[in-house]
Amino acid sequence: MSELDDFRAEIAAWFRDNRPPEPDFLLPESFMEVGTDAQFDYLRNWQRKIYEAGYLGMAWPVAYGGGGRPQIFQDIVNAEMVRQKTPFVPNTIGLNWAGPLILAIGTEAEKQRYIKGILNAEDIWCQGFSEPDQGSDLAASQTKATRDGDHYILNGSKIWTSLGSYAKYMILLARTNPAEPRYGGLSFFLAPMRTQGIETQPIRKLTGEYGFTQTFFRDARIPVDCLMGREGEGWKIAMMTLTFERGASGGQAGGTARLAPGVTDVVELARTARRDGRPAIDDPLMRDQLVRFLIEDQGDRLCAARGAIPALCSERPQAIPLSQKLRTSEHRHRLTQFAIGLQGANAARWVGDANAFEGGKWQRAYLNSFSSTIGGGTSQIQANIVAERVLGLPKD
Amino acid sequence: MAQLSHRIAFSDEQAMLLETATAFCREKSPIRAVRNLLGSETGFDRAVWDDMVALGWSGIAIPEQHGGSGLTLAEVATVTEPMGRHLLATPFVSTQIAVQALLHASAAQQKAILPRIAQGAIATTAMFEADGNWDLTAIETTATALRLEGAKSMVVDAGVADIFVISIRVDGAPALAILDRADLQSRILPETIIDETKRSARLDLTGIEIPAASLITGQAAREALGAIRDAALLLASAEAAGGIAGVLDVTVDYLNTRTSFGRKIGSYQSLKHACADILVGLERSRSHLYHAATLCAGNETAEIALRMAKTEACEVFAYAGDRAVQFHGGFGFTWECDAQLYLRRAMWLQYWHGDAAHHRRKLADLLLG
Ligand SMILES: Cc1cc2nc3c(=O)[nH]c(=O)nc-3n(C[C@H](O)[C@H](O)[C@H](O)COP(=O)(O)OP(=O)(O)OC[C@H]3O[C@@H](n4cnc5c(N)ncnc54)[C@H](O)[C@@H]3O)c2cc1C
Repeated sequence: MSELDDFRAEIAAWFRDNRPPEPDFLLPESFMEVGTDAQFDYLRNWQRKIYEAGYLGMAWPVAYGGGGRPQIFQDIVNAEMVRQKTPFVPNTIGLNWAGPLILAIGTEAEKQRYIKGILNAEDIWCQGFSEPDQGSDLAASQTKATRDGDHYILNGSKIWTSLGSYAKYMILLARTNPAEPRYGGLSFFLAPMRTQGIETQPIRKLTGEYGFTQTFFRDARIPVDCLMGREGEGWKIAMMTLTFERGASGGQAGGTARLAPGVTDVVELARTARRDGRPAIDDPLMRDQLVRFLIEDQGDRLCAARGAIPALCSERPQAIPLSQKLRTSEHRHRLTQFAIGLQGANAARWVGDANAFEGGKWQRAYLNSFSSTIGGGTSQIQANIVAERVLGLPKD
Repeated sequence: MAQLSHRIAFSDEQAMLLETATAFCREKSPIRAVRNLLGSETGFDRAVWDDMVALGWSGIAIPEQHGGSGLTLAEVATVTEPMGRHLLATPFVSTQIAVQALLHASAAQQKAILPRIAQGAIATTAMFEADGNWDLTAIETTATALRLEGAKSMVVDAGVADIFVISIRVDGAPALAILDRADLQSRILPETIIDETKRSARLDLTGIEIPAASLITGQAAREALGAIRDAALLLASAEAAGGIAGVLDVTVDYLNTRTSFGRKIGSYQSLKHACADILVGLERSRSHLYHAATLCAGNETAEIALRMAKTEACEVFAYAGDRAVQFHGGFGFTWECDAQLYLRRAMWLQYWHGDAAHHRRKLADLLLG
């Protein structure tokens, strides 16, 4: 026990002493909103610094650049980053989805080639799943990968590609067999983005900022060894990626992926913001709502604790992990929406207005909260997953 | 804002108890048995009670020196959850709440009463009065020169209880009187309550003379009232969490069976997404429940955790019961459909010892200042 306590003290001190200075621009709230070079450089340097101090990928194998230590050490680091509200690390897709995937099913060569660059932020990763004509129905993906000797030729387009402008690699779902219209025709690639014929075009978000791109493939040739697994296994591998992405399985490198306000921040907001001529926290209706959010947040934290006790999850072991994204993203969404209403008439101001409450961060947080209720599988799709896979209800 | 704890402890012993109790309740309380007892006078099956006593459940939280197993409220909650799930009709919860109060009684009182309970005597607490106030210290019933004046209502299992713990006011201060069934002859007047699996009565106390030795007063009385509230909140949360799981099973079964427009009704998202929401509420409720149980077992301040647990579990249960009726269509509107049994249980639990709005108001003061 005392080794862990020592470690807790060590990292608490390290993050206190090494936190980067506040930038003079607005930081993004998650990896999905990195929209300027200044934001990107700031966050990438931060990730590099944490990795070099030995606090990222702590449980990944030493042979590939990890720390080879028990997971609990990384958990402690992650919790401390949340506690100190440090900036997040930007290579989320590499650290938490592509990395664990490569470690789980990749070849030795793939592990040697990719893992270290994921950890030290040298190689930023993005994800090419969604397309202009389909998102939720991932199996309908149309982007083509046609075998031509030692290469695959890519044609088509991916969209809503977070970090698309900065990524060196993409985890890509593409159709190798057009005769198979759905699952069986798909393959999974670890595709180099700096390839002739691959272009990204930034897309403006509802907040007015940038953060994701449309990615175009026009006769782009990538080497055959970019194929992960075998042709036709794309769907299976994509589903595995999504279990990492939605937090339903362990193995992630760690770090935090967002710095969005939580319920205790909203309580503090309610003390300063005014409604109807008095602090919002004195309004009985606002108090009632705040308590609802506190109960919900506490419930989710306690689910994390209970999830570690098998005897209390034996009937539906998948219930807590598979509902995690739905629970937490919907909570944050409704919470930030509520936070705006605490501000009375000033609720209608926006980022940039001199009188906007805390620079308009709550309004921005609310609009950005859709990134989690839409990105990574919408809440409606998550509800389907919970109903079908946990409760055994029929498909639509 | 104060940092909340997120600890849940669950011992191997609790895991075994949960397993045993789950199997027991499934076997002893199939829905047919629940329905058979609905119209009965006592509302419970004495043989099942005797089995529970034989398993040692009535003495779980009674100290070993008084014939119990010396465990805590956490173990009591663990066996209560499956009882709620299977709507097991039993005076178990009433008895356990009384036990928690009696642990604050004098050594002589404990010695006289706790061994009887460990051996199967049924006990209950008489707290509420005609105006339905949930504040356990707002007591109108008085004892002047040890003569009672007033009435209690919503006394659960009064019809079968051997021992009654009754809140009264003596010289202006809250106190508890411990009475025996014999003291209350013909003063137990059945009430009609929304949950037909439970029994409740009004106690007409005016004129009863009580011996001084049967009183709990002063600091001990205040602690006993706190213990009653804590136990009631925890066990209501356990019954409700179990109830959510039970009614969700009923609903999911029907959604997987009934067809409409040529497909299973469970494939319609307006139904299946509501079930997903109920599952999310169930998971949160069980997490709150076992956290609150952990704090109670460790004698830590549990008020916030208990009020949160009660609020979450009872609100989700009320929603789950409500949707269960709706999702059964016309059949849901019938007496025959089991959805109503759970909905009526959910409504009982919601308004017993404080509904969600009541506890949120208390929580607002505790958490927000
Ligand atoms: C901020 C952000 C970042 C993203 N980053 C990435 C990324 O890096 N890489 C990537 O590949 N994708 C990314 N996405 C895309 C995201 O995964 C898709 O937007 C999402 O899966 C939904 O797909 P869609 O946009 O095509 O919506 P659609 O599938 O067209 O859905 C439209 C609406 O219909 C609903 N709907 C669809 N099907 C059903 C159904 N069966 N039942 C009920 N309702 C249904 C949806 O819930 C939604 O409300 C990102 C999205 C956002 C918002």
